[in-house]
This record gives sequence, structure tokens and C-alpha cells, in this order.
Amino acid sequence: MRTSECDIVIVGVGGQGVILISDVIGRAGVMAGKPVRGAETHGMAQRGGSVINHTRIGCRFSPMVASGGADVLVALEPAEALRFAHFLSPNGVALINTRPVLPVTVTTGAARYPPLEEILAPFEGLCRRAVPMDATAIAKKAGTAQAMNVVMLGALARYIPLKEELILGALCDVVPSKYLDANRKAFSLGKAEVE
Amino acid sequence: MREYLLGNAAIARGLLEAGVGLAAGYPGTPSSEIIETLVDLKGDRSMHVEWSVNEKVALEVAAGASWTGTRAVATMKHVGLNVAADPFMTLAYLGVGAGLLLICADDPFCHSSQNEQDSRRYAQFASVPCLDPGDPEEAKDMTIYGFELSEKFNIPVMLRPTTRVSHARADVETGAIPPVRAGGQFVKNPARRVALPVHARALHTELIAKQKAIEEALETAPWNKLTLRGNVGIIASGIAGLYAEEAIRDLDLEVSMLRIGTYPVPAKMICSMLEHVTRVMVAEELEPVVEEQVERLARIVNPAVEILGKNESISREGELDFLRVRNAIARMQGIQEKAALPNTAAGILPPRPPALCPGCSHRATFYAMRKVFGKKAVYPSDIGCYTMAVGMGTVDTCLCMGASITLASGIRFGGETEGICCSLGDSTFLHGGMTGLLNAAYNRARITVAILDNSTTAMTGHQPHPGTGVTATGESTVLVSLEALARALGAGQVEVVDPYDLEKTLQCFQRAKEFPGLSVVIARQPCVIKARRSGARPRAFQVGEECQGCGICVDFGCPAIEFEGDKAKINNLCTGCGVCAEICPGSSIQEVRR
Repeated sequence: MRTSECDIVIVGVGGQGVILISDVIGRAGVMAGKPVRGAETHGMAQRGGSVINHTRIGCRFSPMVASGGADVLVALEPAEALRFAHFLSPNGVALINTRPVLPVTVTTGAARYPPLEEILAPFEGLCRRAVPMDATAIAKKAGTAQAMNVVMLGALARYIPLKEELILGALCDVVPSKYLDANRKAFSLGKAEVE
Repeated sequence: MREYLLGNAAIARGLLEAGVGLAAGYPGTPSSEIIETLVDLKGDRSMHVEWSVNEKVALEVAAGASWTGTRAVATMKHVGLNVAADPFMTLAYLGVGAGLLLICADDPFCHSSQNEQDSRRYAQFASVPCLDPGDPEEAKDMTIYGFELSEKFNIPVMLRPTTRVSHARADVETGAIPPVRAGGQFVKNPARRVALPVHARALHTELIAKQKAIEEALETAPWNKLTLRGNVGIIASGIAGLYAEEAIRDLDLEVSMLRIGTYPVPAKMICSMLEHVTRVMVAEELEPVVEEQVERLARIVNPAVEILGKNESISREGELDFLRVRNAIARMQGIQEKAALPNTAAGILPPRPPALCPGCSHRATFYAMRKVFGKKAVYPSDIGCYTMAVGMGTVDTCLCMGASITLASGIRFGGETEGICCSLGDSTFLHGGMTGLLNAAYNRARITVAILDNSTTAMTGHQPHPGTGVTATGESTVLVSLEALARALGAGQVEVVDPYDLEKTLQCFQRAKEFPGLSVVIARQPCVIKARRSGARPRAFQVGEECQGCGICVDFGCPAIEFEGDKAKINNLCTGCGVCAEICPGSSIQEVRR
């Protein structure tokens, strides 16, 4: 029996803006009158490490999505997409920014960063749809590479049971007004990637 | 109104709605955002909010305020309560003026901690009531209730959120914020405020006597909920209650359920459950606190009942989650378990452990330290960002706040003859390192102490401390000089150096090493994250064609240096510290002149 209307897992590297995405959809969910639960990574793990954020819309239980339960996996970095791929439900959708961020284990030569094709290949059998996109390049087109997370938010908007106006409204609440135009543009370019 | 709040923000909101007049804390994941949110929401309320020097100080400051009739709170992480244990144990005897809440955030699975101790044990140890929330809204409501309970029974109350509550977000109903409940007068009452043996004996008797009444009051608290439905039962505490409820829904089972949110536990509800069922599972994270009570009560009311818990189904270490609790219930009921999906494909990925930031000055300090003291030297270290430098070979110990200096002393007195250079951060030094330095000076330990001074409490989110000249609420205050402190505590040689100046730092460590006594090196450079936020303009560096590809710069471990083909390359993470340029033996890394 389903215990949540929509389960989302958002992953990336500390500092990429994972929390902003969940904060926006969480606020939008509350505006829509739905119960929302989320779980964040703070503290030590944030310093350049892998971060994972769980967001559950229409859920009154615990804040964490179970392994195999995510309706959507949003990855701001390709290796992190694969690292947390086991959260995906077989019916789920994976939205993947293809721009790598090399971990220090790779820059120091202690480990190898696999080619993008190797990272993306396993998603074939894991979920219903995997959408790779160079969200960093798309964000630059919108005016700032910093808005990469908002590109991903735009793509995510298509797959969650929340009206776009609510999501955009929540976005306006959390980003500084001077970056609002670039963020709106990033959002619509991200949305276009999955249409 | 419903707001989407972080658990710690919900707690802060609860503190405001309870009219708290004083909040004191020491930063520590997962508790730090409580004080930070209060600072954000304080506005012009006549409320005192402070970052205290450590947790013991925070709890004592809060107790003092409570004794003037002002509602007060002390916040800390679980291991902080070890530091505050001394006042905590005796405050249970002395009692409160206005309500006194101790918020102690536990960290099952050690997400950001050196251990996963269970603070419910501390509450039990001190005979102090404990509230164990399952989600942000409960945490907020319990915060308000905690003050009422504290005042009703004249006792401090512990609120014990865990990481998955403090760092969860949820829709939370927010209420009106009343004026601050401030008293403002200390009323003398030696029999209640002076813990002389003659007073303490009587107060201990009183503390034990009031336990029964506290237990009865908590029995009817809204945080304990009993539903009798089948002859199998689940008793779950805190967030485990949510995992269990989700599992029951997922499995579509008819089982009895008791959710527990208070300690002492609701004994009558537990007895009702035990009389109703033939088998019961206790789901709780970490220690079998509830389970022990269930076993005790079962011997009285239903010795035949089968009790499952830590021995069979529920692990005593780490976190629980929905799947673990679901599978424990499934096993109990003989239903098919749901295996966690293996993530075999992730085997090809490089690990991504947390690491020192690009341009972090700690890396430069450790580099110089290691170069001077060598491979055989012993490097006790401490709690902070710098613990992440364990791969550099300069972090040989990490025990608790301030233990670097004292362990170094003990290692020397234990007979170690190699060089000993310990390291700790500025905030850690002020928190728990000063007494150790005093002890090292007094007892003539021949060691070097490196204070890695990035002028903030970086790991927990850049909180100010007495070495920053700013209070929690942003007012300017006395700026305590670490070098003057170190000298006053008896260090024989104290030097301050900029770790970005590698040559000078090497010389400084060399002098410290040669000094025949206790030497202190203060490596001072603002945290790169803070420097960037304050608008510091980085210099730009590039690797020239002449790079021989020796790899020395890459081994330095800065994420801003990578290898492209057989040459080094500076990537866009560079913060312009320039240390790699000093390290490069061929001077191939050069500043780009703009």
C-alpha cells in the first residue's frame, strides 16, 4: 500500500544546491495543502562529500524514502546519480546533470572517474525513464551556471503532483530577487528538456 | 498557519511560542540551527541569545536565568552533554525557577559525530524527564510542553531530537508568539540553590519522590498513543514510531501499536498492551531503554508474553529506517521481507568522502607540520574540519573536544620520545583546550600545540566565538587574543603565522620543534568559505608549460589541482591561496597577472 503520494530523492555534491530544490518543492507542497516530509544532509558530510536529500509529497510518515521507492531521482552530478540509483523505483524517472564534479580521490589520482556512458548505462534497466542533460551548460545559457539546480528543478516540476505556479511562487520566496530572472529562465529551460 | 520548517527551526519556533527569555548553546551537528534560527527570528525581542564557550557553560547560564524566573534553554549535541553532565546531574536536585529546557540532539549512525550515545540514558541517570519527538511538529509542540512540565515539577526537562528530526523538514503548524517570559530577580533560597551535603540529601529524597507524579503526568501526555487492535503488538519510541506506522500501513496489518514520546515511559499503557497481546516487538533506536521497562513490566502483568527487540530484530547501533522496521515486523509475522536493492553498479564509482575545501589553510598548516616533524612524530588531533585531514598523516587521534593537548601530554609522559605536535581549532581550543594547555604547561609537557585558527567554528556552519569579537547576535564584543591566552596559560613559546606563507610556516614549526618546552603555533588564516562570502577576491593561478608532471602538487590533496594528461592543471575550484605555487619544485605554478 502506498504511504506517500510522490517520493523524490535529490543527490549531488555538497555546495551544489541540493537543499534549495527540496526547499522549493516542500514549500510548494505546503502551499498546496499537502503534508510534506524531507530529510537533509548537514554537517561534516557537506564538505565536498556526497549529499542526499529526501522529499516526500503527500506523506505523513518518516522523512526518508525507502530504497527502491523513489518516483523521481534528481542528480546534480552523474556519479552521484549512480551512487544513489538503488533508491529508484522500477517505475521511477531519473533526471541527471551530466557535468561531473571530480572528487579529491580522482584529482589526486587515487581513483578513476568512469566515462559518462559507463555511468549512465545501468539506468537502462533500473527505471522507466532516464533523462541526462548538461544542466550546467543550460544554466549558463540562462545567465549563470549557479542556477544549475534550478534547471533541474524545472525538469523535476513535470514529474511531481504540484502546480507549476506554486513551484515558481516558492522559488521566488527563496532566491534573491536580483537573480530571479535568470532563475525563471533556468526553470523553463529545464522544463523544456523533459518535454 | 502551516510552514515548511527544518526540525531545528520548528524547535526554535516552539521556544519563541513558549516565551523563552534566554537561549545558550554551543554549536554541534545536529543541534546548531536552533540557536541560529533564534538569532534570525529574535528581532527586537528582549531575549538573550548566546553562543556559549562550551556546553557546561551554556547549561549553567541557562540555569542562572531560570533561577531569576526567566524561561531558559540550553542547546547542544549529545556529546556536549558529557561536558555539561556536571551541572546537569545536580540541577535535577536543585530544580528550576521558570522552566528550564535542555535540548540535546542525538546522532544515531554518527552522521557527524564521534559516537552515537543515547541521551535517554542520561535523562534516566539524572531522574530528569525526557521528551523524544518523532518529527518537526512534535518537536515544536514538545518544546512548549517541556517548559510547562519543568515548571509543574520544578525540574529541568530534556528534549532529545535525533538527526532525522532536527534535520528533517515538515509542514508545521505555527502559533502566536507571546511576550518573553522574563522574571528578572534571583530569589535567595540556600536550601534549594546551595548543594551542600545537608541540602543535597533532602533534595535527592525529593527528586526520587516526585518521579511517581511525573510518570503519572506523562502517562496522559499527548505523545504517548495506544491503539489495541490485534494480539500482536509494536511499541515504538520517537521516530521509530513513524517507521512502524508506515510499515503497518505498507503491510496492511491489524496490530496493536503503542507510540512512546516520553520518559519515564507510560507504564500503564505498556501494561495494557502487555495484557492484550501474546507477542510484542519493541522498536527503538540505540539503547534498549523502552525494552528494559517492557521486560520489567511484563514480569508483573504477563510473564508469558514474547518480547522481541534488540536481541532479535532491532539493531542496537546505527539508525533504523522504514525498511528495517518493516522487515523486523515482517519476520515477526512470518511475511516475506523486502530486500534493500543492491547497488552493484555503483562499484565503478570513485569514493567521494568529505574533504578539506580547496584552499583550506589547514591543509597548508598540516603540510608544513609534517615536513618539519616528519613521519615518525606523533600527531594527536581534535574535533573539527581538520579531522578530515586524516589522510595527510597528521591526525593520529581524535577523541573529544580539547583532548589533542591532553593526549599529547599523556603520550609524552607515557614515554614517547619522538616529536609530538598536536592540532586543534580556535573554537575547540576555547571550548575544551585551554585547561589542557594549562595542564601541559604546569606539568612541563614537552610538546608542540598547533592552534589552527580560521577565526570561526567552521564545521558546524561558521558560528562566532570569543576569538572573533562578535556575539551570536552580531554585536561587537571583546576579541580574546589566542596568543595572549596561550602565554597566560603558561606556554613557553608562542608564535603566530600565516599558513599561506609556507616558508615562514616551515620556519615557525622548526622553532617550535626545537623549543625545549611547551610551544604553541597559531596558524591564522580565515576559513576560505567565510572569506569567499565576505567578498575576498581570489588571485588566479595557472600551471606553465614547463610542468614536469612530478605530481607533488597533486599529492598536496587540494581539489583544485588535477592532472590532465601528464601535467598538472588548476581547475575552477581554486581559491587563490597560492600554496601549491610555493610547493611546486619547478616553480611551474604561477600567479596570473590581471
